[in-house]
Amino acid sequence: MQKTIITVVGRDTVGIIAKVCTYLADNRINIEDISQTIVQGYFNMIMIVDTNGSDKSTEEIRNELHRIGEEIGVDIHTQHEDIFNMMHRI
Amino acid sequence: MISKYEILETNNMIAHENLDVRTITLGISLLDCISGDLEELKANIERKILHTAENLVAVGREIELNYGIPIVNKRISVTPIALVGGAACKKPEDFAEIARTLDKCAKAVGVNFIGGYSALVSKHMTRADELLIRSIPEALSTTDMVCSSVNLGSTRTGINMDAVRLMGEIMRETAYLTRYADSLGCAKLVVFCNAPDDNPFMAGAFHGVTEGDAVINVGVSGPGVVKHALESCRGSNFEILCETIKRTAFKITRVGQLVAREASEKLGVPFGIVDLSLAPTPAVGDSVADILKEIGLDQPGAPGTTAALALLNDQVKKGGVMASSYVGGLSGAFIPVSEDQGMIEAASLGALTIEKLEAMTCVCSVGLDPIAVPGDTSASTLSGIIADEMALGMINQKTTAVRLIPAYGKSVGDTVEFGGLLGRAPVMAVNTFGCERFIRRPGRIPAPIHSFKN
Repeated sequence: MQKTIITVVGRDTVGIIAKVCTYLADNRINIEDISQTIVQGYFNMIMIVDTNGSDKSTEEIRNELHRIGEEIGVDIHTQHEDIFNMMHRI
Repeated sequence: MISKYEILETNNMIAHENLDVRTITLGISLLDCISGDLEELKANIERKILHTAENLVAVGREIELNYGIPIVNKRISVTPIALVGGAACKKPEDFAEIARTLDKCAKAVGVNFIGGYSALVSKHMTRADELLIRSIPEALSTTDMVCSSVNLGSTRTGINMDAVRLMGEIMRETAYLTRYADSLGCAKLVVFCNAPDDNPFMAGAFHGVTEGDAVINVGVSGPGVVKHALESCRGSNFEILCETIKRTAFKITRVGQLVAREASEKLGVPFGIVDLSLAPTPAVGDSVADILKEIGLDQPGAPGTTAALALLNDQVKKGGVMASSYVGGLSGAFIPVSEDQGMIEAASLGALTIEKLEAMTCVCSVGLDPIAVPGDTSASTLSGIIADEMALGMINQKTTAVRLIPAYGKSVGDTVEFGGLLGRAPVMAVNTFGCERFIRRPGRIPAPIHSFKN
């Protein structure tokens, strides 16, 4: 099963999680793990999501999330989990 | 489940430490394009490359986006053209026409270099080999993307000194014909001893005759990542130092392995090898010299440099081989004086000389590659430098390379500027005592004995 890692980094503001999660819910993307911290005014969130139930392609999800990030002034990156598995697991 | 720390570490390496995949190189065999008719040969080559490499750049881009890892270069290597063009080419100008066909193909598929304008002459030259070598100045001065390489020697055959002598002249001529661009042609021309068949890095990439129809080879990078990891072990003992390099090399190589696997699957082309090289770029923070400084040298070139580099190179290999089943190419640390900001600085300060670089090439990949030397350096002196480096490779059973830029009209203290990945290079001083009588001797240096190792 394919998992996708979404990282959100940027200046903290009201409603970042709401925006991102609304998008994910609207597109039937299930959140499996989420962690979020604020370091010196900077918002930092990592989500592990399952996109298998979504009708959208990985590329569409990546582009649309990127656009949402631009709207609210944060960087949103969407990456396939394999890059992390490969680097950190033998 | 992947931990938050691991995700942050990877993304930090990409965002701040220049972690990237240096190149996906698609090797293409042109042996089935051979024809006795030059026009037909050129058409066959064009058809084969355009067909095989059609999706290379798009697939590279897709992988970049999917994993969030930059892939800096997408390249093509082809069968050494001396073998492909032998039947059709009767004069050097005929070979240069093939170079222009390769250039056209590279531009059409959107890659940034095409390698394989090459001849393998470690023992003797065929007529076709010699014609190709004599066509190199024209080929490199009338194309933008073509890279040329010549294998001049090997541990099994010795060194072809006739070809070494010829290459000194060819380098000078290439420098002259591209004098309008700081002798740029020479930055795309490299000579080897023990050239590997599957090297994905330019200027020396070619698709060896032992390879299949097409193959994907990937070159990883990541000097910045190693440098950053070593910042945490200042003052530590050698065990911790080596362990840290190994662990980091493992992680970097795994990314290369992932990209290679994906590219191979998406293109329907077999995966060849991952090249474990630490390949610097002119970007700040992407430097092998900075790693050497972090290990404890004031500047590369200082006493201790060869030992530090030997250690680095060995740990990179030890960490890397665990990360990929198929390791090949050049695999080691590159020490280019034009593509590495720290090396450029060391050379400009006078800390690094050609002689010290030569010693460093005994323990790392690849060689004097590239180095700018004064434009008035004689062909025989260039050949002398080449012969020295070839001898190191031959005796030590390793790949060595020489890419010298005798920058036309420039002398020590000047700088050549190539821009982009080729960077800029300070013109380095060359020993001015002659070796003309040595270089003028015809024939070859015999293969070395493999016993009595001293």
